Amino acid sequence: MAQLNPDIDHLLRRAGFGVSAADADTFRDMSTSEAVEYLVNYEGRPDDVDARIGRRDHAQVATTKELFAPDIDIDSARQRWLFRMIHTRRPLQEKMALFWHNHFATAYSKLVADSGEVQATKMLAHKRGVLRGPQGQIELFRQYAVGNYRDLLLEVAKDPAMLVWLDGQSNSKAKPQENFGREVMELFTVGVDYYTEQDVYAAARVFTGWNLRGSSDYRRDDYGDVNSYQEFVYNPERHDTGAKTFSFPIYANGSHTIPERGEAEGIQDGIDLITALAFHPETARRLARKFWHFFVSEIQPPDPTFIDSAAAVYLQRGTDIRPVLQFVLNSPWFTDPSAHYARYSWPVEYVVRAIREVGWQNLMLDRMRSPLANMGQQLFEPPNVGGWPLGAGWISTGTMLARTHFAATLASSQREFLGASLKPKSQTPQALFNAMLERVTPAPLDTVPAEALMTYLFAAGVWNGGGEQLNTRASGLARLLVGSSEYQLV
Amino acid sequence: MAISRRLFIRHGVATVTLGIAAPSFLSAIAHAQGNPSRRLVVVYLGGGNDALNTLVSYRDPAYYSRRPSIAVPAGQVLQVGTDAAGQALGLHPRLGGLANIFNEGRLALVQRTGYQNSSRSHFEATDIYGTANPQSTTGSGWLGRYLDTLPRPLDSLAAWNTTGETPRALLSGTSGVPAIPNANTYTFASPNRGAVALQERVAAQTMASSPAPGRPHLALVNSCNLGALETLDRVAQATAYTPTIAYPNNGFGLALRTVAGAIARGIGSRVFWLSTGGYDTHAGQGGGGGGGYANLMGTLGDGLWAFYSDIRNQGLASDTTVIVFSEFGRRISENGSAGTDHGAGGLMMALGGSVRGGLYGTAASLAPGHPTLENNSGDVRHETDFRSVYASLLDQWFGVNSVPILGGDFRAGSPAIF
Repeated sequence: MAQLNPDIDHLLRRAGFGVSAADADTFRDMSTSEAVEYLVNYEGRPDDVDARIGRRDHAQVATTKELFAPDIDIDSARQRWLFRMIHTRRPLQEKMALFWHNHFATAYSKLVADSGEVQATKMLAHKRGVLRGPQGQIELFRQYAVGNYRDLLLEVAKDPAMLVWLDGQSNSKAKPQENFGREVMELFTVGVDYYTEQDVYAAARVFTGWNLRGSSDYRRDDYGDVNSYQEFVYNPERHDTGAKTFSFPIYANGSHTIPERGEAEGIQDGIDLITALAFHPETARRLARKFWHFFVSEIQPPDPTFIDSAAAVYLQRGTDIRPVLQFVLNSPWFTDPSAHYARYSWPVEYVVRAIREVGWQNLMLDRMRSPLANMGQQLFEPPNVGGWPLGAGWISTGTMLARTHFAATLASSQREFLGASLKPKSQTPQALFNAMLERVTPAPLDTVPAEALMTYLFAAGVWNGGGEQLNTRASGLARLLVGSSEYQLV
Repeated sequence: MAISRRLFIRHGVATVTLGIAAPSFLSAIAHAQGNPSRRLVVVYLGGGNDALNTLVSYRDPAYYSRRPSIAVPAGQVLQVGTDAAGQALGLHPRLGGLANIFNEGRLALVQRTGYQNSSRSHFEATDIYGTANPQSTTGSGWLGRYLDTLPRPLDSLAAWNTTGETPRALLSGTSGVPAIPNANTYTFASPNRGAVALQERVAAQTMASSPAPGRPHLALVNSCNLGALETLDRVAQATAYTPTIAYPNNGFGLALRTVAGAIARGIGSRVFWLSTGGYDTHAGQGGGGGGGYANLMGTLGDGLWAFYSDIRNQGLASDTTVIVFSEFGRRISENGSAGTDHGAGGLMMALGGSVRGGLYGTAASLAPGHPTLENNSGDVRHETDFRSVYASLLDQWFGVNSVPILGGDFRAGSPAIF
């Protein structure tokens, strides 16, 4: 039931979005560790995926408005990201961008309420090149996908989308705003139990004056000019210059206090706090736990040795993520067969993998929007700053129905393609079954589901192995497999 | 008494619990068990509702001085009288529907609900309201443990969750709750039609029935897959429902309409779970009774009024109680973005045809230094433990013993809302 071999398939499901027919040649002769290096050092592969948007042999993008403008229209941006995940030559880059999107969960809806649709989309998805203004948050995540976490955290603290999302744009010494100060500790670094309420007040003061400024042509509530933008600004006169003391050390000498500083130098407060938080041992452990759940297993609790080792790599390598991922993906916990299919697919992972396995002939990615929403994961719209409810939290009767609805939609759209591409291997119902399982890869099927599927195929009656009968049964089989419980595991 | 006695014995506290059970408590059980059709509709306001702007102390000068740009003007509140502490109170002007229910004597406002050392984290606080244990944010929820007391086999629609994910409150070791975020698409889908589609449904049902030995995580997915397939036809009955009144055309209104349909069609669900979000109002709450917070109040009040009116028109109100809660209240003083940060004590509301309406508990006095405040007078100190409201719902409404479900006796402080 494997496409290449079970270990490579496992690696590509976790560090990418599964194996498409196009990948098979690339990975066929690689060892697992070679494949890890290929994925992690993705800079060797061209970043050409956006240039392939519009090709007829790729999935199709368009919106109901017949406009594809992913820098300024959120539905286009959603399709561009799905397209990237399906067709990228750098799967781990997109996978990590998705990981950071959940980690720094920022929702379009609040940005729209603040700044309008065009600016909100730009803040999240603007790719530098055509329009003016800073790159969007997702481009930041792609840039730092396997980069340095401390640097990423600092960029996030200055990111316009984050400054709107957690209200940093209004943070001033007259009225300190606690939202970012709290979440940077609770969710982005050390986690609850490792900071105090007093730390929240101090962190709010640290980031006073970390605000936004509009370009000369920017006007709030007037977003007609797509070239206008907002960008990070440090406002010295709004910064609280007093000393700030924390319950944990800020400096290498053990000091817990950020010293009093003049307004002009006050931006250093935030840099010091972010550096301290990024290098905090609990941040290392918290990220290690998240990587365990994202890459290794949601069934087994994190192995303490794994957490200690991954956290040590992170700290020793100055908060670089790439060596941590190399450790994770080569580790015995990851490669052990018990880790295979030990995670619940995120809806986006599920949809992208299914498309890559079943097919994308004339598939309109705009049609994935409401299925994904019904499954509980609309890109750029996490439910709250804590991100999506992962693991078993994805799975309920309602979301399972949504997943089976998607499976039916996909199978229906690929009906002729499935029939045509499987015809050479469909001389008998059993042959069709085997051929389908070479490309559509649920977790191993027990006897009961396998027999139910065979019963469904035999119900076709006299088998002629082609035509409408094959289209019907192949699409029905694809629907049942992609909608099966086994396929929800990754 | 059968259910309660089994629980007492299972938890090994039979003598103690029976020993302190007052006669009124026993009669409450008998009374409730005479009405097995009683149902509870839980509404969660996601993000931490700003209780001080829901129920306004409009004669407290500190309310206005500490909230210069977001206070609700005294002239706009919908007055609901004076509480036991002498605070004059009024509902937000967009809660006209709730004011109607209050005036009918069917809305209970339980002020300053919460617990000691209230968590200011959304996730921790939401989990605590779910587990009903401030010391634990993991494990089963209070409603899940209630469902566990119901006779087996448990009807797969004993509880009905209108959101896509299962809230901790409904988590249970033994009672799965279907999530039905959109009842209209709660149907079987196939790329084919007719007999072939039917064969697919049979295959899907057989596959999901597999016990998946040795793979509990797969069994969990199977149970959801199967739970969906088994409930499709009954959920369809609830959607084929014509209400007696128009519901607001928003997600919350439509979810309430589906719940009313399930009640009117006699599906038999005991617990319904709804959620409406946007309450994390750090910025732009709006002043003068308008703006972002007013929109939230409009969605809440208009939806609940439509629901209450609809089920009352159908003669089903006396068997239906709605409880409204949020994970915490918000800071008393507004912040620099015309919003409020995470605070402590909140407001719980109960409404329904059997609810004894009125003001319960006392409002905080918002001038700094007052003992009804905490956290250097930044936040409202809780007065009524949220678990004693749960105890009212369990003991007095459902007629089960709240003590084992809540892991402690919270009946003493329970507001007498029934």
